Amino acid sequence: MFEHRPGREEGAGKRVVITVLGKDRVGIIAGVSAVLAENDVNILDISQTILQDIFTMVMVCDIRNCKIDFGTLKEKLKAKGEELGLQIQVQHEDVFQFMHRI
Amino acid sequence: MLSIQEIMETIRMVQQENLDIRTITMGISLRDCCHGDHKAVGRRMYDKITRLAENLVRTGEEIEREYGIPIVNKRISVTPISMVGESSDTDDFGFFADVMDRAAGEVGVNFIGGFSALVHKGFTSGDSKLLKAIPNALAATQRVCASVNVATTKAGINMDAVYEMGKIIKEAAALTADKDGLACAKLVVFANVPEDNPFMAGAFHGIGEPECVINVGVSGPGVIKNAVDKAKDADFGTLAEIIKRTAFKVTRMGELVGRAASAKLGVPFGIVDLSLAPTPAVGDSVADILEGMGLERCGTHGTTAALALLNDAVKKGGAMASSYVGGLSGAFIPVSEDAGMIRAVSEGALSLDKLEAMTCVCSVGLDMIAVPGETSAETISAIIADEAAIGMVNQKTTAVRIIPAPGKKEGDYVEFGGLLGRAPVITVNKFSSTEFVRRGGRIPAPIQSLRN
Repeated sequence: MFEHRPGREEGAGKRVVITVLGKDRVGIIAGVSAVLAENDVNILDISQTILQDIFTMVMVCDIRNCKIDFGTLKEKLKAKGEELGLQIQVQHEDVFQFMHRI
Repeated sequence: MLSIQEIMETIRMVQQENLDIRTITMGISLRDCCHGDHKAVGRRMYDKITRLAENLVRTGEEIEREYGIPIVNKRISVTPISMVGESSDTDDFGFFADVMDRAAGEVGVNFIGGFSALVHKGFTSGDSKLLKAIPNALAATQRVCASVNVATTKAGINMDAVYEMGKIIKEAAALTADKDGLACAKLVVFANVPEDNPFMAGAFHGIGEPECVINVGVSGPGVIKNAVDKAKDADFGTLAEIIKRTAFKVTRMGELVGRAASAKLGVPFGIVDLSLAPTPAVGDSVADILEGMGLERCGTHGTTAALALLNDAVKKGGAMASSYVGGLSGAFIPVSEDAGMIRAVSEGALSLDKLEAMTCVCSVGLDMIAVPGETSAETISAIIADEAAIGMVNQKTTAVRIIPAPGKKEGDYVEFGGLLGRAPVITVNKFSSTEFVRRGGRIPAPIQSLRN
């Protein structure tokens, strides 16, 4: 999805990975992206797949202009996930870069 | 380019395989807190600890939130109190333990280490006062952890200190008899103690350390176990390779969290400790990994070889993942804190003797082992002496954290709860070591050449 060296480029440290897990249904992308749009979070990339029968969506987003703090965004998405019967997680992109790239 | 599989692998490690950061430990030097008046020492200690660690817990929680990785413990280690209190006018070092306990409570950490002394060659007056205060201090406080280094490869073993520790452990157990001897779970006797260990109960801030430092201990037996399970038919070379790769990923999380904590707190980053630290949770067990390699039960023949392979592969993978590695960095085999170890002991597969053998190939020591309450101070001292000898001769850290559970017999259980878990009382050799232990003096340092 993204080439990214932590701390080297503009906006570094401002990208988050949103993962959505659960049963496929209508309105997942619409529901999640509505929360993001309301708070000025820019979606940079979306991919989705079915992993071991579980609907899996991964979004990479830029939260530089996000109107709310990270914790609040996380709570809002979690609440949206509960409404849609999904598990939604928001994590700093560095977690994945650090684990899988040197 | 990150793939969706890679992202999901990370998520799975955290959610299903108990990947977590076991501890962020802030090391704080108290060397500038010395004073002739012990009350002034106490004030300085309290002020410095609460000032430097004020934001430790909050920062840890912030990192947890941002990265989505649990950080189980936030802790503090300080300069050995035997040195900090030495020049003061009090003989009662319990006073300093009380100050530590209050300071730790104020900043919200669950343990503070450093009620410690280094006595591998002999006692100073401060060392003697500290040792004398250990049983009461551990019984009277909630959060204070004590450790005593009784041997090094270069100095040999101070057998006077070893005997003293046997008696102290008995006394600490007696003072907390109503809690199965809980005080002993907060006391570690070391050989070749590291100065930058982030793990309790043995953490203290060594004298070669900076003013303040952040050290990180990772965890992840569950993640390694899962990787090993997937390699059922692999030969040993392949198995080691899989463990290395997995340990790399686990350790990277420690490195990331350590760097983040260091930047947010404005404190230098010390080390990542590569130890695989189990918890009583199902699936978070080092014994399970060894059994996953093909042993019916941990403790049977082949266990020492399996542990040697595991520990070496974890270090090789982990060393690549971190810029600075230190602390204990060896697999932990704490009996009470590892569901697989508990099962192995209760089924008779794992004995004290086998645990001792396992510590020769780089696990850290006899950890959280409950022995019958009637075990004598001399026998406990002899167990410590054996373990110290292994550390001394093999130039490695070894430790003993042993609980002579008051009123308990072989086959009974002790219950500590939480991360300290529960342990079956293990069999101890019935023959006496008393005359040996009572000789006193020091066992000379071993020769370092002619190594065959």
